[in-house]
Amino acid sequence: MSAVTADMRDTIAPPSTKAIAPSKGNRPWTFYALATLFALYVLALYGPMICIYILSFQDIRGGLVFPMKGQSLHWFVDLFTQVRTGDVKGSFDRSIKLAVIVTIITVVISFLAGLGFRKRFWGDGVVFYMMIGSLVAPGLVLGLGTGLLFQALGLNASWYTSALGAQLSWTLPFGVLVMFAVMSRYNRAWDEAAYDLGASRWQTIWLVIVPVLAPGIVAVALFGFTLSYDEFARSLQTAGSLNTLPLEIWSMTLNVTSPSLYALGTVTTIISFIVIGASLGSIVLIQKRRGRAAEG
Amino acid sequence: MAIERGDIELAGVCKSFDGVTNVVDGVNLKIADGAYCCFIGPSGCGKTTILRMIAGHEDPSAGEIVIGGQNVVGLAPVQRRTAMMFQSYALFPHLTVRDNIAFALRVRGMSRGDRLRAADAMIEKVRLTSFADRLPAQLSGGQQQRVALARAAITEPRVLLLDEPLSALDEQLRVQMRQELRRMQRELGITFIHVTHTQLEAIALADLVVVMEHGKIKQAGAARDVYAHPHDRYVAEFMGGQNVLSGRVEKVNGASFTLAQAASDGIEVPLQARAKVSIGDQVDIAVRRDDIALVRPGQALPEGCATSLPSRVLAIEYQGYFVKVMLDTVPDDEFVAYVPERTFFADPLTVGDVVMATWATCSARPLAQRSVAQREF
Repeated sequence: MSAVTADMRDTIAPPSTKAIAPSKGNRPWTFYALATLFALYVLALYGPMICIYILSFQDIRGGLVFPMKGQSLHWFVDLFTQVRTGDVKGSFDRSIKLAVIVTIITVVISFLAGLGFRKRFWGDGVVFYMMIGSLVAPGLVLGLGTGLLFQALGLNASWYTSALGAQLSWTLPFGVLVMFAVMSRYNRAWDEAAYDLGASRWQTIWLVIVPVLAPGIVAVALFGFTLSYDEFARSLQTAGSLNTLPLEIWSMTLNVTSPSLYALGTVTTIISFIVIGASLGSIVLIQKRRGRAAEG
Repeated sequence: MAIERGDIELAGVCKSFDGVTNVVDGVNLKIADGAYCCFIGPSGCGKTTILRMIAGHEDPSAGEIVIGGQNVVGLAPVQRRTAMMFQSYALFPHLTVRDNIAFALRVRGMSRGDRLRAADAMIEKVRLTSFADRLPAQLSGGQQQRVALARAAITEPRVLLLDEPLSALDEQLRVQMRQELRRMQRELGITFIHVTHTQLEAIALADLVVVMEHGKIKQAGAARDVYAHPHDRYVAEFMGGQNVLSGRVEKVNGASFTLAQAASDGIEVPLQARAKVSIGDQVDIAVRRDDIALVRPGQALPEGCATSLPSRVLAIEYQGYFVKVMLDTVPDDEFVAYVPERTFFADPLTVGDVVMATWATCSARPLAQRSVAQREF
């Protein structure tokens, strides 16, 4: 998730820095001290990943450590053609499908929970803390428990049953918490106004609540997708015989000794950035569309 | 959709949220079709709850709400043909001015072309044509209010309900929008019910002013009635502009009675036809602040003034066309004289001066005693 926050900072920062830009020249020494600290922070954040990206572009002589040996896309080709590197394509496929399913379920349930929790109800505190409880439970233990439970019930563990459930225990609380934050800025008077103007409950949801909350719903979807796509601890004991991508990468680190491992890292990062970019882009688009005259 | 008239009758309307205390306690009221009615009272007096019950956003715990001859309890706002303007306007933040106004037509399934045409006509009526494509966040408070008004009016309601519509605006705009509301009410020819806690707003706008306290109606009547002839001490003090004095009845003689006063001779009050007063009763009376004359001790009282109370000037506030002089005439209550500016500066008083506060006997009015049961309206 660090990539997300870093990305958000980049998109949000420029206007504000422009607005409060001090006169150039006499900056206090603290400015340079803090700037250095920040540069070191960014380096620590991205340095390790950048090493991987650079090393993935070596040619056929490449090894797992610096120095760089030549430049080519050899290991990317190798990644998708060689069988010995593992089932990259299949696991990637499964991970994307799983992430999409998790995203849809997370968005729908978080949205409904957000609607439900606007009013107090009997036992709401218990429900809320039970949900938060699953966030603090260690992922490996939770995954192990899920696997054991499936075994005890005589069910086969697989990525679309047990792993899906284990991942939802992780993405749902996050999704609901984000939704609560989004919902807290929703004015109940909008519901009443819609009712006053003759809208049915259904029309109120589709014409008022969903469009008003759209940016927040995209944020929940982004959380759901990235948390699922990256998920390792909970999936380890629950994915069954077929691996998801993080599991595949992990098993590759144990037996693949070529830069195609790094190429895989580069490819998955690019995909992550595309997903994040698309999400943030759609939020910006929604806000832009509201700026223009548009029939919602 | 049978409701064609906008006359409203509340019969024994009660509302309780917790089943113990009544926020609205047995309210009976008739509002004529096409009237401008203002509910006024301190916060928590139940005025907004009454509005929301008429609007269909709350159900009464007991009683009937009749609009145009039909009991509307349980009906949706659209079926009641009411529309509400919310306190913070509650404009949909994601829709432009035009789409906000067209919303009611959209949920009715009117085609896009038709509803946008109707919305544009309404936008013209509230003079927002150049803002039609803006979002609510890009409008000033006054413009937002006009959008809210147009959005409510497009449903062609018989009754428009306004919940403190001017409270979010600054003073100048408030006076301006006050006139705009009155203009819209005349143009639409429908009943307006307006909730406010500002006395000036209520008496400036309303045909019918309803003063409330603790879920009950204290007085309902024309603005001038309520202001000039308050029913009891509460209304007199709440509407302002009156000095309230109390005392025990000392003498009753035909057309007047005399109120005992510790520090002076007693106050002579004309007896009204219906009022029954006997010696020993504790009575409140009211005298308008602008009926008080201040005379320096030793000078002759103006004609018709039988009572004069010695007072010390506590404070003086210049108000433009009059001067507000605060006096210690009554031990625990406020006593204020509104002296016309020119009269005041002919012989200016200063703080600490001793004067005689006096008024024409006929301008004193007895108020209903607090123990007397609530009058039916």
